Amino acid sequence: MADGAAKLKPESKSKKDIKNLVETIIHIIFLVLGLVAVGCVLVITIYLVISGIPAIREIGIIDFLFGTEWASTAADPKFGILPFILTSIYGTAGAIIIGVPIGFFAAVYLAKMAPPKVKSVINSAVGLLAGIPSVVYGLVGMLVLVPTIMKVFNVPDGSSLLAAIIVLAVMILPSVIKVSVTALESVPKEYEDASLALGATKTETYFRVSVPAAKSGIAAAVVLGVGRAIGEAMAVMMVAGNVANMPSLFESVRFLTTAVASEMSYSSGLQRQALFSIALVLFLFIMLINVLLNMLLKRQKEN
Amino acid sequence: MIKPISKKRKAYGITMKAITYLAVGIVCALVIGIVAYVLVRGLPHVTWELLSTSPSYLNDTIGILPDIMSTLYLVVATLIIVLPIGVGAAIYLTEYAKNKRVVELIELASETLSGIPSIIYGLVGMLIFCQFLGLKTSIIAGALTLVIMNLPTIIRTTQESLKTVPQSYREGAFALGAGKWRVIRTVVLPSSIDGIVTGCILSIGRILGESAALLFTAGFAHTLYGPIEGLTNPGASLTVALYVYAKEQGEFEVAFAIAAILMILTLIINFGASLAGKLFKRRVEK
Repeated sequence: MADGAAKLKPESKSKKDIKNLVETIIHIIFLVLGLVAVGCVLVITIYLVISGIPAIREIGIIDFLFGTEWASTAADPKFGILPFILTSIYGTAGAIIIGVPIGFFAAVYLAKMAPPKVKSVINSAVGLLAGIPSVVYGLVGMLVLVPTIMKVFNVPDGSSLLAAIIVLAVMILPSVIKVSVTALESVPKEYEDASLALGATKTETYFRVSVPAAKSGIAAAVVLGVGRAIGEAMAVMMVAGNVANMPSLFESVRFLTTAVASEMSYSSGLQRQALFSIALVLFLFIMLINVLLNMLLKRQKEN
Repeated sequence: MIKPISKKRKAYGITMKAITYLAVGIVCALVIGIVAYVLVRGLPHVTWELLSTSPSYLNDTIGILPDIMSTLYLVVATLIIVLPIGVGAAIYLTEYAKNKRVVELIELASETLSGIPSIIYGLVGMLIFCQFLGLKTSIIAGALTLVIMNLPTIIRTTQESLKTVPQSYREGAFALGAGKWRVIRTVVLPSSIDGIVTGCILSIGRILGESAALLFTAGFAHTLYGPIEGLTNPGASLTVALYVYAKEQGEFEVAFAIAAILMILTLIINFGASLAGKLFKRRVEK
């Protein structure tokens, strides 16, 4: 190379300056790219607060949060979202009650008992479950679950809170299983060895030593499941019937998420603003869950 | 003498094991049941005519070509925008950031983003991109919304893979007199390409499955456009089309056909992601 010799010479000052300048500029560009995520969180929060507050002000926070009637298009509109809040809470609780035990025991099997080959097969099955789009869950729920509920419980319409609970329970399984497996796998082997050496059987060791040692991680799995269930919209919209009733197992109900989704396309004025307020309430729920989740994950890491 | 295990303990062991196997059985049955049901009901309706035409009111036929193209535009547009931002953020976090506070702040933001439900993204995307920035309901507005949603995935997978690039590579390059940017460009990034690929695959999966965020940002039109006009016009993704056909028009055959297509794509994506993960692992072990 012709300039090979020149390269060995100390670089001239101006060239070095340019090089430094370029490096600084690139550093700044990367910093900006890094801060995009922070910016997004801020913008989302600000937008939700700004667009959510006016309707709450106009309706009154007590009437809005604890009003039991939602009739947004009536001549004398009512904007009480207690039915949605309770439905979201009951629906999520139901999904957790059904989904978490199944997910938990499956996780113990995957993390502790399964032979490696079986484990990798089931792991990919769980991955697949996580990858199935929520509208597909909704469709299967609509055509399998809803008619089944109608027949089995002899109710006029199977689109109900129960249908939503079952669909949500299936949808949270992958998150619950994955996070629990990670937590159980990170339990130090010494704990289990010690327990086995003391004469405990394998099963006793897994459930009485490994599980308690992984309890923050398993709690995190449950909280993650709560977050997934409370935020799911489309699948629920397809199976829950979508009428603004107070929650009852066999009645058509509306969740916080579906309340936003179902009226958005034709809403206007105060009704539209009220939908933004519902989104704000949902967002606050999610933030609370996120904080809890981060706390639990941190505690698990420290252990 | 070792005492035999008491009856009570034996019963405990058997019960727990039985419950565990039952749980695993339920999970497996669910996966097989859902996949088989969707494929059996959907695949017979996946015809070339369905895949290659637009819906026609005149002939009363339904085709999903516009929805396929919209989904493709969404995937491509989202990846083109999210990749530089996400990879850049990951590079900043692993290569540049010295201030621990800044790292924590960015990571917290990224975690927060991954916890926000898609319906909220849809709403905020509608407010910001469609209304505030004047993009109206369009593929590009949908893609920008998906960019925010997928940012955490790209950041995390790239970051994980950057962390596995041996420090000695960097030191070697620095010792040869390369500047930081040059080291990143020629040494660090090429050796973390598999992490970026994994991130892309995961993101594609998420984009294909997303519906709530697209309903109000990308809309639900079934008109066929070329890639350029496509971006600025509304278009239903496959998921949104499935929703509309199932819930609003009662066209369950079409809905199941789309579901079967989505299911096959999900299978491919999952297989691809685990393959990429395996390649990735092999390199780390080397």
